Amino acid sequence: MRWLTQLRMRMQMLFQRGRAGAQLDEELRFHLEQQIAENIAAGMNSDEARFAALRAFGNPALLREQARAAWSWTWLELLWRDICYGARTLKRSPGFAAIAILVMALGIGANVAMFTVVRSVLLKPLPFLEPDRLVALYEHSSDDQFPYNDIAGGVFAEWREQNRSFSSLSLLGEAQLNLAGAAGQFPERLRGVSCTWNLLSTLGVKPALGRDFTAADDQPSANGTVLLSWGLWKRRFGGDPAILNQTIHLNRQSYTVIGIMPAWFAYPDASTQLWTPIYHDKPAQTMATLDSHQFQSVGRLKPGITAAQGVADLSVITRRLHDQHLNDPFISKAANIHPLLEGMVGDIKGPLYFLFAATSCVLLIACLNVANLLVARAAARRKELAIRSALGGGRLRLLRERLMESFLLSAAGGSLGLLLAYGAVQWLVRTRQDLGRVEAIHVDGVVALFTVGLIVTCALFAGLIASWTVRDKRLFASLQDSARSSSGGQAHTGMRRALLAAEVGLTVVLLVAAGLLLKSYARLRSSDMGCATQNVLTMRLTLFGGRYGEPAQLVNFYSALLTRVRALPGVEAAGFVQAVPGQGYWEDEGFAVVEHPPLPQGRLQYAMLRGADPGYFAAMGIPMLRGHTFDANRQLDQANQTVISESFAKQYFPGEDPLGKHLRTLGAGAHGYEIVGVVGDTRYSVAEDPRPMQYYPLSAGLWNNGTLVIRSAHDVEQMALPVQRVVQELDRDLPVSDVLTMDQLLGKSTLDASFDATLLAAFAALSLLLAGVGLFGVLSYIVAQRTSEIGIRIALGAQREQVLRQMLFDGLRPALFGLAFGLAASVGAAQLIRSMLYGTQPLDPAVFAAVAGTLLLVAALACIAPAWRASRLDPMRALRTE
Amino acid sequence: MGKPNDLVQGTLDLLILRTLSPQPMHGWAIAKRIQQLSSEVLQVQQGSLYPALHRLEQQGWIEAKWAESETGRQAKFYSLTAAGRGQLEKETANWNRLSAAIDLIVTEA
Repeated sequence: MRWLTQLRMRMQMLFQRGRAGAQLDEELRFHLEQQIAENIAAGMNSDEARFAALRAFGNPALLREQARAAWSWTWLELLWRDICYGARTLKRSPGFAAIAILVMALGIGANVAMFTVVRSVLLKPLPFLEPDRLVALYEHSSDDQFPYNDIAGGVFAEWREQNRSFSSLSLLGEAQLNLAGAAGQFPERLRGVSCTWNLLSTLGVKPALGRDFTAADDQPSANGTVLLSWGLWKRRFGGDPAILNQTIHLNRQSYTVIGIMPAWFAYPDASTQLWTPIYHDKPAQTMATLDSHQFQSVGRLKPGITAAQGVADLSVITRRLHDQHLNDPFISKAANIHPLLEGMVGDIKGPLYFLFAATSCVLLIACLNVANLLVARAAARRKELAIRSALGGGRLRLLRERLMESFLLSAAGGSLGLLLAYGAVQWLVRTRQDLGRVEAIHVDGVVALFTVGLIVTCALFAGLIASWTVRDKRLFASLQDSARSSSGGQAHTGMRRALLAAEVGLTVVLLVAAGLLLKSYARLRSSDMGCATQNVLTMRLTLFGGRYGEPAQLVNFYSALLTRVRALPGVEAAGFVQAVPGQGYWEDEGFAVVEHPPLPQGRLQYAMLRGADPGYFAAMGIPMLRGHTFDANRQLDQANQTVISESFAKQYFPGEDPLGKHLRTLGAGAHGYEIVGVVGDTRYSVAEDPRPMQYYPLSAGLWNNGTLVIRSAHDVEQMALPVQRVVQELDRDLPVSDVLTMDQLLGKSTLDASFDATLLAAFAALSLLLAGVGLFGVLSYIVAQRTSEIGIRIALGAQREQVLRQMLFDGLRPALFGLAFGLAASVGAAQLIRSMLYGTQPLDPAVFAAVAGTLLLVAALACIAPAWRASRLDPMRALRTE
Repeated sequence: MGKPNDLVQGTLDLLILRTLSPQPMHGWAIAKRIQQLSSEVLQVQQGSLYPALHRLEQQGWIEAKWAESETGRQAKFYSLTAAGRGQLEKETANWNRLSAAIDLIVTEA
């Protein structure tokens, strides 16, 4: 039972240390009294007895120390004493402490927030069964233009039948679903996914409630079945399990709810709210075609099969299909593969790592700044330190104190930083729902550990740099030059200058990167879309169900809608198109020019395609360069006119007149269309150059969804409600979505660029501020150190301008070194972010010049006050300061 | 007044345990007792005694209790624990072996 006694003693020593101390004092006092009593008994008088006893007793403080040393937890006591001492030292200069803690908090906070995001999004394995065996599959197009292309239904069917490398393969495609409003609820448009029945089993996931799809559900003849997301179930159905086996209406078809997915499940992304079986939903022809690329696929590799083997297997199958249909150049010639995680977040990986690197720079700057402040304090306390080490203060002991001080600073900063990071992460998750895996971002134990690690690293880094400058040998010299330190401090500022130069250098790198990104963003926002962007309102509509089963019904709806919208007061023009500029690539289609000789076998000829109404070009402000728009009276089969874009004309009709020529599309409705007009180019995405575009008349009745465009002289946003009312009057169950002005729409599509640029600019501004503060601090310190020297020089007749110039030069020198070093480093850093730039060269001279100018300006501002103070010194007062 | 060396420290532990084996005692009495029994040869300094007592207590070989002393004042009385008795036997045996060996060398040589 000895260990129990020992444990009890340890606990006593830990928790009742004060009492144990009192008891020790009491015990020693008792000993003393006994000795005195004995001395008196031996015949001494009481004073004599006391002195003799005390003499025999020795140094009571030392005795107490020695007894205490036998106790447990002495190290803890010493640590606590160091902490108290450090805290007291910091309390004596609260301004310094507050600044240092704030600097650390910002540095650590930014880093922890970025680490949380990077870890959650990029590093954590996907929450699926054996995620390393899951891969995203792609087709590799035969012209090598699209190595990671979407998959055609027929190709997938062949893969599934013939492959020998995958234990299961699943197909999925986006589905926009109109959820009908029941019992007083509004109709709602939701993002869903049509998938093969085995999607969940491929991922290794089960519904939280209800059942998974079966093969029988995934057939054209089956009854409709649907899985709901946890969020949709809670929000729309009140989290009531009774919804299971009930029927809901999606796109006017009935679906039985068979299950609810777990709350954490977000595949393919967080906005997916419904899952339905794909072979039930999609026309059999779509699922059999080999050249219409519109689906994604995920596969589970068999154990022991590598991704390379899997891709080779699928490529052989694809190649065989390609060779069997050599007349169709749209059939791919190979397959491609990504690990599933890469497929889901690959596009944000680079920017995230880049931002993480930027926050690391900020932290490094913060550490350098705190180290700098500590060096300044150490220099100011040199005499104290010298005296203490002369009196026998151990070198280790002094080092420990110094480290403890920087540890306290970074611990306080880190705790504050963790709070900041928590807030920043919450904000990010709220504002960036579009990021991949955003639902997985959480501050958790590992993040807390990371924070602790950062705190310790920063403390050691800042503390050791600061301690390194306080070396014993030089310490004693400071006692000697105490009388008149006429040029004191000069030698000791070397370290601080070096730190400052490093700080300035890092700041320059951040500034350059931020400048390049900001310029890219400005370029993006000012890129010419080829259409009107002011006072244009857009909203999306999707027509589904029996009411729009026939092309004529679609055509009638569009013409009724446009007629009524155009009649609204305030509407200048209105049009309808599949997708407006900036809304994405959407669709392309192969075509042949009837008047041209047939293309050689295997040659592709395709262009982006839009269905539009005759008034769209005018409403959107797309200039009609030649010819005219569609004839509004030609409908359905009569609608055989087409309008092409300028670059289409240039590429496919070089040196000839396209008007009057005919296009024949390869897809459905393969009759000829006469080219009646040429319009200006537009961009489908802000960051992409315009591509050739073919427009076909909406009145052909081929499109059941698109964007309504409304232009007004002013305050176009106010038109949103009246227009929505018109839609409701036409069809009560038709939801309207994405109601955005053209400006908002473009802003949304440049969100990434603006986000990266803004964050980086904030980091760079912070670093600039820190560097400025650092410069100011160092020069102020130098001036204070050299007060008497400057006084003597002024007294001897030095010109004040001369003093000012010299002090300025002194302060600016580290900034100049840092600037040169930073500009050189920026050349490398800029190459790394090349892929994030748009319309901006990595070595953009304007950005580099602006950064150099800004930095010099800030440095000069930081130095001018101390330098001015030095030049205005009153020599008499300066000489009297010591 | 540095720390006592190992031999002395080990021996002091044995002396304290042995002194406490008949009855509980406070620190001052232990020092006195050792002095008496060794015919004033061994003088235990407070600087060694109290750290040793506290160390033995931490190790669980002796335990302490506050009680009234012979003068009527509260004092900290130390007594042997069961583990302490075992340790005393072990250390006594050790000491006997060691002193016999030293004795052999000293007298034979």
